[in-house]
Amino acid sequence: MGLAKRIIPCLDVDNGRVVKGVKFVEIRDAGDPVENARRYNLEGADELTFLDITASSDNRDTMVHMVEAVASEVFIPLTVGGGIREVGDVRKMLNAGADKVGINTAAIFNPDFVKQAADRFGSQCIVVAVDAKKVSQPGEANRWEIFTHGGRKKTGIDVLEWVSKMDEYGAGEILLTSMDRDGTKQGFDNELTRLVSESIKIPVIASGGVGTLQHMADGVLKGKADAVLAASIFHFGEYRISEVKAFMKAQGIEVRD
Amino acid sequence: MQTIAVIDYGMGNLHSVTKALEHVAEKNQKVILTSSQKEVAAADKVVFPGQGAARDCMAAIDEHSLRETILDAARNKPFLGICMGMQVLVQASEENGGTECLAFYPGQVKYFGGHMLDEHNQRLKVPHMGWNQVSQTRPHPLWNKIDDNSRFYFVHSYYLETESPDLEIGHCVYGKSFTCAIAKENVFAMQCHPEKSADAGLQLLTNFVQWNGEA
Repeated sequence: MGLAKRIIPCLDVDNGRVVKGVKFVEIRDAGDPVENARRYNLEGADELTFLDITASSDNRDTMVHMVEAVASEVFIPLTVGGGIREVGDVRKMLNAGADKVGINTAAIFNPDFVKQAADRFGSQCIVVAVDAKKVSQPGEANRWEIFTHGGRKKTGIDVLEWVSKMDEYGAGEILLTSMDRDGTKQGFDNELTRLVSESIKIPVIASGGVGTLQHMADGVLKGKADAVLAASIFHFGEYRISEVKAFMKAQGIEVRD
Repeated sequence: MQTIAVIDYGMGNLHSVTKALEHVAEKNQKVILTSSQKEVAAADKVVFPGQGAARDCMAAIDEHSLRETILDAARNKPFLGICMGMQVLVQASEENGGTECLAFYPGQVKYFGGHMLDEHNQRLKVPHMGWNQVSQTRPHPLWNKIDDNSRFYFVHSYYLETESPDLEIGHCVYGKSFTCAIAKENVFAMQCHPEKSADAGLQLLTNFVQWNGEA
């Protein structure tokens, strides 16, 4: 027995409200972040990730209040991502009660930001989010690059080189999303996940593509991920976190009961 | 009115610790977040949290002139150290090329090492991040109503090696067995984060706010 693999539901937030699953979950106010957080906590979520999908500066204060409200009532680790651009943004979110912040685009434009944030607040609270897309042609060796703007903009940065650099710069964790799989329900890109996980010393969260319970288990078994993240399968009530855990446990994966 | 002081020496997120304590505090208890020597000295119970690196943590303690205040509290009243707040109670940490700590207890803080393997020969990541089992070495009032081997949330790259085995109150396995909680007289300190450990963590904090400091 030892460290459990983590199951992390991801909630998209727009102007302080959770925007997925509005019609599908049986709670009084499906858009209320605190209600959602409470429910996932009861179901056994190991952490929660809130993603500010608008990420505009106007929205920042709303997000801070949301984090404060959630962190006052739900006592599991909380990650906040979306629009974290400078050290001041990190400080605001941590002071509001976030345990970790997800840094994505800002790291690409200014990798030193990751270093500064990790030095100032500790690696444990810096999650570097990576949006990866396969760029190799059929017949070539597989290769992935970082994309920005929801997968539309190519950066030319090689994913494996990038994650090693982020590890070295003090990131505490990598949130790896396959843009090829995101939203497809075909499962994680396990080859990519395994290559990333085995090339760095920090934990890797697999993301993008989950449609079935087997996909969640495969992220750990085949992708060697330390944690698996999913959004829609939880929001739309297809699966409960407790079901995911029972399924993974039956496949020999250590989970928190 | 009883006061529970959470020592604020400028190191990271204390919102969670404070909120979790407020959540479990009794009606006649008030939780304050403070960097004032006076307020800590006047408090009935003290919580010493911590995050970040050992050197920064020690520097911040001295910057706020809290060294003696912390040691006094650890000598005299129910005292709960969390994460870095446990590590700096011993003599020294390997972190940042060697950092002298508060030396309240004998012991060293060591790095997990780059190449630890689990039982399936899979490489173990550092930091040790996530939910791991805490085995209770001995009974203690703060373990009240918490099952042995309950999972708590950990996030750390360094671990405590105590030179005084009777200090250990809990241990954990990650590549190796290590001391994850220590206790002596009025002091209890743990590596993991009770404020982030859902029910087990809230139970531990409940036990702390109700504790009279006798082991």
